Amino acid sequence: MAVGKRVIRVDARAKADGSAKYVADMSMPGMLVGRVLHSPVARGRITNLDIDSARKIAGVRAVVTAEDIPGGNICHIVIDDMPLLANGEVKYTGEPIALVAAESRSAVEDALEAMNLQIEQLPPLTDPEKYADPDSPRLSGKDNIFAHHKIRRGKTDVAFGKADIVIERTYRTTYQEHAYLETQGMLAVPTQEGGIDIYGSMQCPFYVHGAVATVCGLPQSKVRIIQTTTGGAFGGKEDVPSLVAGWAAVLALKANRPVKLILDRSEDIISMSKRHPSRTHIKLGADKKGKLVAAEVDILFDAGAYATLSSVVLWRGTVHACGPYRIPAVKIDARAVATNKVPCGAYRGFGSPQTLFAIESAIDELAYKLDIDPVEFRRINILKKGDKTVTGQKIRSSCGLEECLERAVQASDFINLRKKLHSEDSPVKRGLGISTIFYGMGLGAGGTKLARTGAYVSIQPDGSVQFAVGTTEMGQGMRTVLGQIVAEAFGIPFEKVSCLPVDTSRVPDSGPTVASRATTMSGRALLQACTHLKRNLAKVAAAEWGTKDRIVNIAAGKAIRTDNPDITIPWNELAAIAFDKKAELTVVAHDSSPPTSWNPETGQGDAYVVYSWCANIAQVAVDTRTGEVRLEKLWAAHDIGKAINPTLVEGQIEGGSVQGMGYGLTEEYIIDENGIPLNPKLSFYYIPTTEDAPTIEPIIVESAYDKGPFGAKGFGEQPLMGIAPAIANAIFDAVKIRFREQPFTPEKVWPELKGLDNED
Amino acid sequence: MRIEFTINGHPVNMEIDPSARLLDILRENLDLTGTKEGCGEGECGACSVLLDGALVNSCLVPAFQVDSRSVETIEGLRETEIGKALIDAFCESGAIQCGFCSPGFIVASTALLRSNPEPTESEIRAALSGNLCRCTGYTKIIEAVLLASKKIKEKR
Ligand code: FES
Ligand code: FES
Repeated sequence: MAVGKRVIRVDARAKADGSAKYVADMSMPGMLVGRVLHSPVARGRITNLDIDSARKIAGVRAVVTAEDIPGGNICHIVIDDMPLLANGEVKYTGEPIALVAAESRSAVEDALEAMNLQIEQLPPLTDPEKYADPDSPRLSGKDNIFAHHKIRRGKTDVAFGKADIVIERTYRTTYQEHAYLETQGMLAVPTQEGGIDIYGSMQCPFYVHGAVATVCGLPQSKVRIIQTTTGGAFGGKEDVPSLVAGWAAVLALKANRPVKLILDRSEDIISMSKRHPSRTHIKLGADKKGKLVAAEVDILFDAGAYATLSSVVLWRGTVHACGPYRIPAVKIDARAVATNKVPCGAYRGFGSPQTLFAIESAIDELAYKLDIDPVEFRRINILKKGDKTVTGQKIRSSCGLEECLERAVQASDFINLRKKLHSEDSPVKRGLGISTIFYGMGLGAGGTKLARTGAYVSIQPDGSVQFAVGTTEMGQGMRTVLGQIVAEAFGIPFEKVSCLPVDTSRVPDSGPTVASRATTMSGRALLQACTHLKRNLAKVAAAEWGTKDRIVNIAAGKAIRTDNPDITIPWNELAAIAFDKKAELTVVAHDSSPPTSWNPETGQGDAYVVYSWCANIAQVAVDTRTGEVRLEKLWAAHDIGKAINPTLVEGQIEGGSVQGMGYGLTEEYIIDENGIPLNPKLSFYYIPTTEDAPTIEPIIVESAYDKGPFGAKGFGEQPLMGIAPAIANAIFDAVKIRFREQPFTPEKVWPELKGLDNED
Repeated sequence: MRIEFTINGHPVNMEIDPSARLLDILRENLDLTGTKEGCGEGECGACSVLLDGALVNSCLVPAFQVDSRSVETIEGLRETEIGKALIDAFCESGAIQCGFCSPGFIVASTALLRSNPEPTESEIRAALSGNLCRCTGYTKIIEAVLLASKKIKEKR
């Protein structure tokens, strides 16, 4: 009834007409403005910070430095190494040093000025490839390595000996900035009982909850986190909101007044997390028939000044580094290293877009070397049911990659279209490129501790249903999709169901809303709660009829006697009776992911419970006069198990693909060799506009995941992940030039095209 | 300083800080928070409003410049025929995700449909190119404007 339908999002109207409240739209009596003093340099010692002068500015109500933090000066994430405020030394441009709260924006600015921050600069380490140089400073431990992950499968040296063709290539990727339209922001409100309430934009309220309690030195029971309507996240509101909330909280406690702290755009770009820049070296071998025989991959991620989430981001990048292919012998080494730059963190795809760019480009290069069509080469090597991944995991079910590939090839009329494009006589050269990728759904073996979900479902006396989960809505449509799942479980109209806002004091801890896990994991917990409630309703109906529970079925929005289906009690009446009879109508259910197995030394085991799959075909146009590359058309086939709401699925495909196109073509955030950001503005960091967006044909493949709600598996990150390599491969198809470093800007492309002109 | 202007058809007379932007007085003094700040530098269009009917970024307009002029925001436009049709179409087409850009898109699309009731796809792309959306990839936004234009025509 509700599942599979294009119902209109529950939050659409309020967002469209401007009535939805984001944190910046909120205000409280007595509310102060909060602001942060950031380091203007990449590395140094703080030699002057004049707090007294700042405190004397009229209207200033609180000034906070590392010394004034009531609890621990730590932003707890994965490794506890990042302070809430720098203590004596700074390690990256943008690092927070001090906080001010005042009655007005101008008083805040004056106070920041009055602090007269002075820093004695030290030479920064900004080139990650120099992490081991004896001359480079030691920023973390003995070796500047935050994390090292390995995969060892078979004997690669022996296997390469049997290969007919081997290529070795190096690929590089740059930063990507999330550019969520709503910048980070929090409103902290001290409570009468000495606790604190936090309202704000975030993905993971339970991370924020733990972090705020720590910095405030408060018991977790006195801290309440309420997620406000969140204006985009994409991973960028996974860990760093803990910092922003911590800042607002310590200011509010110190001033004993509500404090609203909203980052401005440049400040947000400079100081908040990014996608890790990377360097991936690949050695890949195949036999004459096109079968892959071995791969060696060496990966380096530029993690920035603190470890934060780097280890887990790198882990996903490692597991995805050989793509969705059957390769019997594999050796992967991946390292995340420290530099004096902004700490990188989560961003849609979580470490996999970097390594997938490398492997998908290398696969293409090898195909051409072998003189095998890139589509055919993939047909030979992609994972099918019963195959094993490079971590030795057997793909038992829900494997729709082949179908994705064939449907994308068919929809684009690949062979004919390619011929047609190649025959065009024009200074604009066109070509087609392909990528086939996969996505390990959920936290996997890298995050088993966090992999829990809870759900609360309550049937009201009038038959309407409320539910709550601890995962969050950040624009992807989770509240709507989960509402459809609940409505379907009872067989009632979608309109009867509503989702409560996330408040850590009322909803069960559901782990983080990351890894495309909300629909599947919260959906599972909700279904358990619904099953329990249906049992309770069946008892009520049975008592009414004086029969046994087991001959009562709750379906299609009513109680039905299985021995005589004409006898029913309609939903609203059933709810009213159940309420009268004091039946239990509110249930909390918990679910945790099925266990995964993992050996960190060999990188062998079941990395994730299930995978989503995808094939992209990109049509690009390269203007040989300007070097400008346009993505004109995209066929994007995604196996997601089951589309609970096809409109929302298409929205994820279209939006993610365009973000991936930005990553491939225009988005380049530059931090120079002194560690200074050069373009922290949306006017110099180019995200796609309406004029750039391609025509996209989303293709939904449904190879059901038997443990997912109605067969669904998460996929929200996947649309971004394979676009940059599909574009690179299409550029090669168009002009026979290989670009191994994204983004493919005219500045990079045009010089390479010169040779081409001479040939013509 | 004191200024007088019309906001969504109602006259206002207020004291302003001479350095305030139009965006600030809308959000802070008039509690019209449907107009959003995404960048503060004229790049994103989240702060779009109509000034004497023309589309502007309110983060770039000094507040004193609206003296004796007329300003329309999402809170006014949502009551108009075109605004209503656009909101319906955005909801129906799935053109809204996080929603932070949405009021700005409705405002910019209103300006377009007022001057060009039946725009082509490429005219829509051009007219909305000053508004950024990071979530939708724009496909459904463009579809929504086409749908609204069709619905308005059918009604007339
Ligand atoms: S806030 Fe005005 S254009 Fe972005
Ligand atoms: S819907 Fe999020 S920015 Fe447009």
